[in-house]
Amino acid sequence: MKTTISGRKNLSGRAGKNSPPYPLKTDAKAIIMSGYGINSEMETQEVFKRAGMDSDIVHINDLIAGRKTLSDYRLLVFPGGFSYGDDTGAGNAYANRVRNNLWDELERFLDNDTLVLGICNGFQILANLGLVPAFDKKYERDIALMPNQKGVLECRFVTLKPASDNIWTRGIERMYCPIAHGEGNFFCSPETLVHLKTKNMITFQYCRDDLSPANGEYPDNPNGSTEDIAGITSEDGKVLGLMPHPERAMNFTNLYDWPYQKEIMKRAGKKLPQESVNMQFFKNIVNYFC
Amino acid sequence: MTSFIHRIEVHFKQDPRLKTRTAKIRSLGIPIRELCLIDVYTIATSSRDFTNDELDRIGAQLISPLIQEYTIDTATEADFDYAIEVGFLPGVTDNVGTTAKQTIEDYFSIRFKDGDAVYSSHLFFICGKLPEDALQKLTTILANPLVNRVQIRTYEEYGKKGMDPLVPDVHLHELPASEAVDLDLDDNVLTRLGKEGIPDTLTGQRRGPLALDLRQLHTIRDYFSKKGRKPTDVELESLAQTWSEHCKHTIFASAMDDDVPNGLYKTFIQGATNKIRREKGDKDICVSVFTDNSGAIHFDDTYIVTHKVETHNSPSALDPFGGALTGIVGVNRDTIGFGLGAKPCLNYYGYCVGDPDSDPVLYRGKNKTNPILSPRQILDGVVRGVGVGGNCSGIPTPQGWCYFHDRYTGKPLVFAGTVGVMPIRHKDRNLFEKQANPGDLIVMAGGRVGKDGIHGATFSSEALDPASPVTAVQIGDPITQKKLSDVIIKEARDLGLYRSITDNGAGGISCSVAEMAKECNGCHVFLDQVPLKYPGMAPWEIWISESQERMTLAIPKEKLDDFMDLVQRRDVEATVIGKFTDSGRCVVEFHGDVVMDVELDFLHDGLPKKHLKTTYTQKKYPEPGTPCPPRLDQTVLSMLQRKNICSKEFISTQYDHTVQGGHILGPVQGKGRVQATASLTKVVLDSEKGVGLSQGIFPLYSEIDPYLMAAAAIDTAIRGLIACGISLDNIALLDNFCWCSSDEPERLGQLKLAAKGCYDFATAFGTPYISGKDSMFNDFSGFDADNAPVRISVPPTLLISSLGIHDDVAKAVSIDAKIEGDVVYVIGETFPELGGSEYFSFLGSIGNTVPKLDFKKVISRYRRLTAAIAKEIVASAYPVNHGGLAMALAKVAIAGRIGMEIAIPSGFRPDYYLFSESLGRFVVTVSQDNKKDFEKIMGFDAIQMGTIRGGALRITGQKNIVDLPVEELEIAYKSPFLRY
Repeated sequence: MKTTISGRKNLSGRAGKNSPPYPLKTDAKAIIMSGYGINSEMETQEVFKRAGMDSDIVHINDLIAGRKTLSDYRLLVFPGGFSYGDDTGAGNAYANRVRNNLWDELERFLDNDTLVLGICNGFQILANLGLVPAFDKKYERDIALMPNQKGVLECRFVTLKPASDNIWTRGIERMYCPIAHGEGNFFCSPETLVHLKTKNMITFQYCRDDLSPANGEYPDNPNGSTEDIAGITSEDGKVLGLMPHPERAMNFTNLYDWPYQKEIMKRAGKKLPQESVNMQFFKNIVNYFC
Repeated sequence: MTSFIHRIEVHFKQDPRLKTRTAKIRSLGIPIRELCLIDVYTIATSSRDFTNDELDRIGAQLISPLIQEYTIDTATEADFDYAIEVGFLPGVTDNVGTTAKQTIEDYFSIRFKDGDAVYSSHLFFICGKLPEDALQKLTTILANPLVNRVQIRTYEEYGKKGMDPLVPDVHLHELPASEAVDLDLDDNVLTRLGKEGIPDTLTGQRRGPLALDLRQLHTIRDYFSKKGRKPTDVELESLAQTWSEHCKHTIFASAMDDDVPNGLYKTFIQGATNKIRREKGDKDICVSVFTDNSGAIHFDDTYIVTHKVETHNSPSALDPFGGALTGIVGVNRDTIGFGLGAKPCLNYYGYCVGDPDSDPVLYRGKNKTNPILSPRQILDGVVRGVGVGGNCSGIPTPQGWCYFHDRYTGKPLVFAGTVGVMPIRHKDRNLFEKQANPGDLIVMAGGRVGKDGIHGATFSSEALDPASPVTAVQIGDPITQKKLSDVIIKEARDLGLYRSITDNGAGGISCSVAEMAKECNGCHVFLDQVPLKYPGMAPWEIWISESQERMTLAIPKEKLDDFMDLVQRRDVEATVIGKFTDSGRCVVEFHGDVVMDVELDFLHDGLPKKHLKTTYTQKKYPEPGTPCPPRLDQTVLSMLQRKNICSKEFISTQYDHTVQGGHILGPVQGKGRVQATASLTKVVLDSEKGVGLSQGIFPLYSEIDPYLMAAAAIDTAIRGLIACGISLDNIALLDNFCWCSSDEPERLGQLKLAAKGCYDFATAFGTPYISGKDSMFNDFSGFDADNAPVRISVPPTLLISSLGIHDDVAKAVSIDAKIEGDVVYVIGETFPELGGSEYFSFLGSIGNTVPKLDFKKVISRYRRLTAAIAKEIVASAYPVNHGGLAMALAKVAIAGRIGMEIAIPSGFRPDYYLFSESLGRFVVTVSQDNKKDFEKIMGFDAIQMGTIRGGALRITGQKNIVDLPVEELEIAYKSPFLRY
């Protein structure tokens, strides 16, 4: 199994080009949770790096064992994944592990000037922890992400529009990014829905290409979510749960329709963007700490 | 024994899946009104009981209270006609049960004792009176008798008490340590021993096939008689594993006829790669080929990418879900086990199954015993298995395919592949190299060992027959493997905590340890140290068990504490089971007794050589007699609905293809969402480069001309990548031969021709093979309903998978037609080559003229197209394949949801022109502005055939041939699998 690689020429002549530097915009640091089947921690770290924020990927057991401390961070991220294989309900088992071992530390974290983001499996974990909607800071399970109506995992690009103006949505007209979940069907009681609406906690909704409401119709609303809800915040606005994955489409060339858009732009004499529309979401988070 | 049993039943207040679940069952022809699902957890403990209050708290942990409710030791109340409970048989992996157990342990801060467990099961309530046979059929859809136990009750029988709690715990009687096996036997008795296995002294039953033939058994007998003793059962089972067709690939390794003395593999596969690497010199892309668990090529100056494609055919025939799941997580370990561990970054699949609309009645046993699963059940199961494996592991699955033919009814083929990425170096180590040293500890990490998968390696080397052991079925546990993979790839590797690593696949530790022992020339294993799922396993079972999710590592003594500390913090089990030596021997102990002591040379190279003879007869098939219809509208629609041509998007969308953030060109493309033949993904997010995957497979050509079949597979696999902009210089290939009846000289004759084709065309293209695998006996032997013997052999199947590096993904080209007014070109010549084509199949014929390949012309054409794409003057490109030009044009139009006006040349039968499968062709669209530049680069190959215009596909020859709205094409293309 000996293969020499010395003396090889660069195959493309391009790889030597340095990737663009990403200046650090804040001293605040993010903690990105991992372990037990969470799987999107690396691209989540990458997207925050590009948005200008440093982060550590920390295995939940290292937090439980006290090798890392939550209070060293200002942004807590539960990334996407399949923690515990979605057994006993997506996000439920990981939420139990957090609640049974880290609850006091987490409550103290929430009382500081911090933000919490849960994407996909992370949103399912937040919902099971009661971190959203957290009315009156009562951490109860008032919402649920049920199995998709179609009963199988669905992976496709969806269009999102902001449903309220808050720190998370500033400057965003639309997002266009993948979903990949088996349980993302947003559900809550009619009373909870009223509260979510009146308190402007519904943050992103699934919509059609032209930003008109999806009205529950597949595939624009991919899972049957009530009121096309894709993401909500906590009552205090500091915690956001979001089913779709903007971190999986950071570049223009990650978007489903980029080859078509490229032809349109090229022929109109427009310059092609490097970043996708989704980066603004992460820049908003980083800006909060600037 | 279990003393305390409690049952928690969980149901949705309003189940969101109820409608789709019910509709799916109804679409399979079972007239139910509703199918409700209850999740059941059975807690079985002996060391402690739980109080009612504790059980209540456990129930609360297992549900989401807003949407679910639970009952404890009380039957769920509901209105229904039948209740069917489906649980697991003893010893079958139960992931949900394990998670529930861990949740309970965590909540109460306790540890379950050995033998205590939580078992999960599904309780279905069926509303609607069903006839007996429909109820039977529903049961076979909900449960597989090889892995599931089933309990059925009517509403009356269910009453107030509900279902009986069932505890599928494993009971084994302690077996004798190890025993000598007498080989001084009559040849007939010896042959039977090889075929059916060692007779068990306690039960008298055979232990399952060794798949050793008489010559091999004689060689083993002679070896041990020189040592003056009889072999132990451990030694015999171990040799059977190591010498199996599955591990040693004897058919590819043996001398063949007079002209291939070094065997097919060395001559045609490795021989091709060696020649290509020599000729490419500085431009050689290979890093590690054939020697490791995967093959590897350069990605750039910092990274390498690996690829490996495996098959898991026999297990998938018996348990499609478990077989396919084990297949994909198994090939993931070929990535983790490459060098010092590559990160799995792309999964890949391929399924050859029978027509899912057919319902063949076939049995493995006489008198209607052991029925085969229907193609629909097999398809549903394998699709789900690979999905669960990839999705739960966080590995995107952007690329795959399905191929349907009745000859896959008896035995499906399930291909599973994984691409990995790793830095070439870390600190001062080359990560693609590994070296176990004498004195290093042998550490097994990951899951525990049970009886699952025993005789898996030997079993897949034998044709499926009634004696197939059910222990060959295994269900993977992707989360256990994910934890293992994360700690190795993302932590231990770069901490330098081990010197070598390999996966446990076929043959379990017997193969992995013996394989690694080659690096240092010896090993000494203590089988009693191996952690078991349940007590009572015999040493030979522990040694060859194929329990999943395990890696074997070589750890220097001074690093052991650090390694153990790390894996413990990651909740991953690891155990020292022995040490590597330089004794030249493989020594195995069990509770102080030496149960195996064999020279490594004999273990690895003692296998007697074979000399295979082949014959080949060119067959002649009748040509179709149908004249060309004056209009081809209906034919085009029917062809689009053929299962090998139409959309299988339901698979692409249930496989996460965006995780890891590198999606560039996905499995479906364009506004009209057409499945592409190639995908492109960034595996290093900061790089401009991407990894392309494609493939070629033409099983129907094999019976006409196996040599040209190989040409078609190779050209198509390469052309898929060329179409998205990958240069021929950056492409490597993988071969997977899935043959049938490989003990017949005619089949071997076809094999030899196909292998020769692999050599000739790969060397012509300069695309090296970096890894491959073969599976030689894909035959089904059984009976029909009247007890008449039936044998179904798969068509000789060669899958060529391609792996390519795209230099700049921002210049990649998708398949969809873009903008009105663009020019449509057909690049490459069309000949009347329809033998084995989809069109001839549609006409009910096979024919004789399979496509030829003029590789000199084709190579120059591919290089010019690559240049055009690099100049960004190509708006779309689609490689013409199954179904020919008409299908390619239709798919490009559907993908762009825009019409085309096409004129085809005269002097050619229009249907033959439109459906010919001639190789080397593309449909390319180019904007009017770039027309001149494009034609300059492509030269005489740029044949303008039409323009993108309107909302219909219009094809004219001497008169109108096709005029179909694109919407109608899209409906036809998507209709066959719409309800899946």
